[in-house]
Amino acid sequence: MAGSAVVVEENNEKLWQGGTPPMKASYGKLMMWFFLLSDAFTFSSLLVAYGLIRYSHPAFEGDVANFTFSQEYWPIPDMVFNGMPLLHGMHLPLVFVGIMTFILIMSSVTMVLAVEAGQRNDRNAVEKWMLWTILGGLTFLGCQAWEWTHFIVGTDDGGSLLDGSIFYGANLSMNQYGPPNFAALFFFITGFHGFHVFSGVVINFIIFYQTVVGKLEKRGHYEMVEKVGLYWHFVDLVWVFVFTFFYLI
Amino acid sequence: MEQENKQQVVIPADKAKIRHIWTVTLYLFLITAAEFVIAFNLDASIIKTIIFIVMTIVKAYYIMSEFMHLGHETKGLKLSILLPLIFVVWLIGALLIQGDAIYTAVFGG
Repeated sequence: MAGSAVVVEENNEKLWQGGTPPMKASYGKLMMWFFLLSDAFTFSSLLVAYGLIRYSHPAFEGDVANFTFSQEYWPIPDMVFNGMPLLHGMHLPLVFVGIMTFILIMSSVTMVLAVEAGQRNDRNAVEKWMLWTILGGLTFLGCQAWEWTHFIVGTDDGGSLLDGSIFYGANLSMNQYGPPNFAALFFFITGFHGFHVFSGVVINFIIFYQTVVGKLEKRGHYEMVEKVGLYWHFVDLVWVFVFTFFYLI
Repeated sequence: MEQENKQQVVIPADKAKIRHIWTVTLYLFLITAAEFVIAFNLDASIIKTIIFIVMTIVKAYYIMSEFMHLGHETKGLKLSILLPLIFVVWLIGALLIQGDAIYTAVFGG
């Protein structure tokens, strides 16, 4: 055995030869990327399943102004998501979802600023921007809670089911807006995303706390902020897709 | 007490870098605003869907490349994140064809 060791001294710059992190990214960041990749597959499965189920239902034909809720065809999202807090009964299509989108994009921006401050070892700025990010996340969650309540409670007039009875709002097996799967997919997709936002807020808060008590400063670098930053941007990224495929198309 | 021993030197902010972050933010806002304009001014069609998908991919590009910093990582990292997503492209194709087949089976051509 001892005689069989062969040392090849070859200087190939393109090959990783140890001593530095592979792909110039630290272990933690690399693993966060691969976790996010697997999470991306989960979300794409949900969204593609939405595509499949929507394609297997008839679409509403005719003028949008004449649209009524029916179990016969897939509803037009504009006509379902048109509520707004404090403005009961008004038709404001997608306005509230638009506000939610802006809130999440803004909290992503404050996260970039927190990461940037972390790279400069600026503890005060990290604290400030992390706090804004957490606030943005909480605001988004509050908006989603309202959105869900509005969806579950339903409209004043309700909608008729296949047996002719009037049903108000939605649950996992039936809803006033359209085929049963429409509400089921709404709960699954926005719920799964909302749970990501919730866990993101919790993780952000932990890192915010560690910054405030000086733990990260003692460690000498703010790489944890970059890692949770990646997660938070991913949550924003997913919302961009949910917004397009669930609300716009 | 310990903290004082380990005081980090704060590097001043790079103005150009901050401005770049806000420029990307502006792009994201403008694209989202344009999506709203299109949503209410175009009738539902394949073209409208394609426009929305292209705009979504542009937004995803900016978020991944600039906010998540993937655009500034090594080529190996970029490829190992982006190439596996080809499976998603396959899934989209497979399941949309399947959805169309279910529609035909239930409602006829």
